[in-house]
Amino acid sequence: MRTIDVNILTQKVAELCQNSNFYIDPLVIEKIKYFRNQETSQLAKNILDTLLQNYQLAAEQKMPICQDTGIANIFLEVGSQVQFTNGDVNQAIQAGVEQGYKLGYLRKSVVSDPLFQRKNTQTNTPALIYWETVPGDKIKLTVAPKGAGSENMSRIAMLKPADGKQGVVDFVLAAVQKAGGNPCPPIIVGIGIGGSFDKAALLAKKALLQPLDSSNADSRYAALETELLQKINDLQIGPQGLGGKTTALKVNILQQPCHIASLPVAVNIQCHVHRHQTVEI
Amino acid sequence: MEHYLTTPLQNEDIQKLQIGDKVFISGKVYTARDAAHKKLVELLETGQNLPFQLQGAVIYYVGPAPAPPGKPIGSAGPTSSYRMDPFAPALLQAGVKAMIGKGPRSSKVISAITSTNSVYLAAIGGAAVVMAQAVKSSKVIAYPELGPEAIRELEVENLPCYVAISSDGQNIYER
Repeated sequence: MRTIDVNILTQKVAELCQNSNFYIDPLVIEKIKYFRNQETSQLAKNILDTLLQNYQLAAEQKMPICQDTGIANIFLEVGSQVQFTNGDVNQAIQAGVEQGYKLGYLRKSVVSDPLFQRKNTQTNTPALIYWETVPGDKIKLTVAPKGAGSENMSRIAMLKPADGKQGVVDFVLAAVQKAGGNPCPPIIVGIGIGGSFDKAALLAKKALLQPLDSSNADSRYAALETELLQKINDLQIGPQGLGGKTTALKVNILQQPCHIASLPVAVNIQCHVHRHQTVEI
Repeated sequence: MEHYLTTPLQNEDIQKLQIGDKVFISGKVYTARDAAHKKLVELLETGQNLPFQLQGAVIYYVGPAPAPPGKPIGSAGPTSSYRMDPFAPALLQAGVKAMIGKGPRSSKVISAITSTNSVYLAAIGGAAVVMAQAVKSSKVIAYPELGPEAIRELEVENLPCYVAISSDGQNIYER
């Protein structure tokens, strides 16, 4: 067994909450530059240039790229040989989120009750924690703050198996079309196929965390990613919904086995402020 | 076309704006999001005084990040406008001339824009540091308990936006 002090988690979570809000994923910059050169609309080019300028200013001034610094999604892959000491893991993570959002002057955007009181907790906690046990004695910690503008445009459908690939394509395109300019395009589209109602949604969220320069390991799904990206960009929603070719930077799919009678499909939309940082402990 | 406008806005300022034009706003603008809109409309309906003068006013849909030391405001980009659609017509009828946000608006808001000769401006979502640089000062003037959703009076200099819905009902999201 390897012993890990939970205070290390607090410290790392605090650090990643800040860094992910200040420093954009370099692959986003690469993708935006690539699409900017394909754009024919001057307005679209101007908007993409402003986004690039904003990423640079945010990093230089250590200011959050977007004022919606999100609800913190925390993904932990914990080796089965790891034993925690010095406190409770959940509390340690929540403490890290609270510290990170305070020290980084990040916006606190969490309400305690979703329906009635809707009172801001002022700490940006509770964060959303996803825990998985894996072989080994290490921890992989990912912090992915997610804003509501794009999260609110996400959709899920329980398709019939007979709907097949066309059903998936139609549903994803309808979701992106309906979202229009709301989720701050250019977007990244995470798609979860299979599992169950809830697993499909989690797969879609995890799909967003796949590197923007990677493809699905199964060539059929990889081809579907390419096809969907092309079709989404043919919708002409464009940067900020003001027209143009650059609606999505990347489509990522994750799939898993499911019931003989089911074809769950979830679409999780991520704005261009694609915040995620990972460390191994 | 580019336009440099100073608040409070006049009818002549609005009429010359075409969709896709870039607009730089200077002067006072007021921040309000979902919770503040609900309160403002309740005040209007019950005939009470509002925390700021609506005539010619510009409302910016933003919940800024906290100001770091030495800066007047934290990152301050627009939030999605559709959430304010149920409240916007009443505010336009009471004198508000421009709303700054992001994303499309409902048909009721578009009708209210044309009938009141006002305008909807889109700022770039996720360009929050660029927007914050145009803010010279910020003070909370109502509902401090709402935190980032409190109403703030911002003094801005060349706050950059694009005309998304013009006073004659042209809509950049539907072209």
